[in-house]
Amino acid sequence: MATQHSRSAARLMIAPAVTLLLGWMLIPLSMTLFFSFKKYLPMRGDSLENGLDWVGFENYARFVTSSSFWPAVQATLIIVGGVLVVTVILGVILALLLDQEMWGQGIVRILVIAPFFVMPTVSALLWKNMFMDPINGFFAHILKAVGLQPIAFLSQHSLGALVTIVSWQWLPFATLILLTATQSLDREQLEAAEMDGARWQSRFIYIMLPHLARAITVVILIQTIFLLGIFAEILVTTQGSFGTKTLTYLIFQRVLESQNVGLGSAGGVYAIILANIVAIFLMRIVGKNLDA
Amino acid sequence: MGQIELKQVSKSFGNVEVIPPLDLIIEDGEFVVFVGPSGCGKSTLLRLIAGLEDVTGGHVLIDGKEATLTVPAKRGLAMVFQSYALYPHMSVRKNIAFPLRMAGLDKADQNERVTQAAEVLNLTDYLDRKPGQLSGGQRQRVAIGRAIVREPAAFLFDEPLSNLDAALRVGMRLEISELHKRLKTTMVYVTHDQVEAMTMADKIVVLQAGVIEQVGSPLELYQRPRNTFVAGFIGSPQMNLIDGPEAEKLGAHTIGIRPEHLEISQTEGAWKGKVGVSEHLGSDTFFHVQSSASPEPITVRATGERAFHYGAEVWLSPRPEHLHRFDSKGLRIE
Repeated sequence: MATQHSRSAARLMIAPAVTLLLGWMLIPLSMTLFFSFKKYLPMRGDSLENGLDWVGFENYARFVTSSSFWPAVQATLIIVGGVLVVTVILGVILALLLDQEMWGQGIVRILVIAPFFVMPTVSALLWKNMFMDPINGFFAHILKAVGLQPIAFLSQHSLGALVTIVSWQWLPFATLILLTATQSLDREQLEAAEMDGARWQSRFIYIMLPHLARAITVVILIQTIFLLGIFAEILVTTQGSFGTKTLTYLIFQRVLESQNVGLGSAGGVYAIILANIVAIFLMRIVGKNLDA
Repeated sequence: MGQIELKQVSKSFGNVEVIPPLDLIIEDGEFVVFVGPSGCGKSTLLRLIAGLEDVTGGHVLIDGKEATLTVPAKRGLAMVFQSYALYPHMSVRKNIAFPLRMAGLDKADQNERVTQAAEVLNLTDYLDRKPGQLSGGQRQRVAIGRAIVREPAAFLFDEPLSNLDAALRVGMRLEISELHKRLKTTMVYVTHDQVEAMTMADKIVVLQAGVIEQVGSPLELYQRPRNTFVAGFIGSPQMNLIDGPEAEKLGAHTIGIRPEHLEISQTEGAWKGKVGVSEHLGSDTFFHVQSSASPEPITVRATGERAFHYGAEVWLSPRPEHLHRFDSKGLRIE
């Protein structure tokens, strides 16, 4: 920006957006922080009017020492890790395939992106009722057709089933980012490698994968931030049973089912810290990308 | 050894025939330059030789052996690309060693050959840098280094100097010529710059629309262009091509005279004219003269000291021994 004048005009013009965003974020954040240091059990008569008791870090300590905490961490890691592995591997494969010249390229690409437009609640319901239902589900019918016992996926393989559902939702995102990265690879580099005697596998390992490395990192970080917060899929399918209670779901239960706002808020603060650690790495990598 | 023979090679993309069947022999140790305007198929021809494109018809023979269906890596050719095509995440050392690594050479051998190539190309100090940290000329040398270590039967260059600035281009031109003299390996070089072609080549192949217009040494092409296209393409500034009565007087449809073969005088000569723009280069001066001989201005090259003011009346006379005559099809009349 050139002059003093245009700079102050710019500040004035972005002021509404900044104010709105700050209000939007800061008010809930400070409320969460406030509650996390208070004993607040609305069902037992605690209320803001009567004043809440200050309990220091008791909520924080109780949240991590509860018997549900470590299983929740474990479930979270399995779901996040599982979805990342599935989406990155399949994303790379799909990106390489979609990069090929083929008939109906435009339509196929739109179809690949489509799951991303389906709301999480809807897709979870679809998977639960149409595919994984042990009586009416598509998979049950297939298994019965080949003479096998239908499987109740959501109770017997609950984590695997959730990973499948969430991966289906996030695969388009990974594919899209990796496809654009694939397309930006210089064709002459691949031809040079071909001349240098690199077979297909070698070209993939030595040329394509290093080229995709940064895009893969971006996919992993962005997805991690969103995957740490998946909720609708769990609520709609297992409601936290069969070992699918993640940190987010645990916080939800603490606040709404146990009606312990203070304890849930403390969990929320943990989640905020966790998400920010990931975000810092993301900002650095994306920032580097923009500099290069 | 590195003799390459094209027999009736043709290439079509869909319905578009880019290269009609053509024959060409590139002898072992020759420096052959494919030159032509953009879109003339010269790069496609090079890629057909490299095996990066499949031929539509005909045969490619390398050292007399059928290589039409051989994969690029097995043809024993090395290619230097216009964009250099260095691997950005590998150091210079790894870039140069890549073909050796793919060939499964052991580490010690790889190192020895990389060091040797780096010495030849003055890259020793840069071996641990990434391509992104090098200048254009250095990147070009790394690309050449990657080609040299394979000890190929022939080098293929695809417009390697077009991304460099003018000063660097002259330097790299000399370096590549020097390299050819030292290695004595066949080199096939594609360019649209006729100066590069004239200065570097043993043999020039002039292409237009996928058709070979003429093959010959730089001086052959300069002295005896086979048709008006070659006459106009080779030489700088361009040959003056004159149609009409002046040409008919000499029994030709078109006559050609190079700017350096015209005398310019204030008192007498064959064609009267007026001086237009003069371009002073120091060593030479180019006068653009509007004359009675042709509607287009005629370019005259004179030594640097000559000067005529704008609009001055002058006389031009071609040196008869340097006149080129062409028939109505544009072919040379002997």
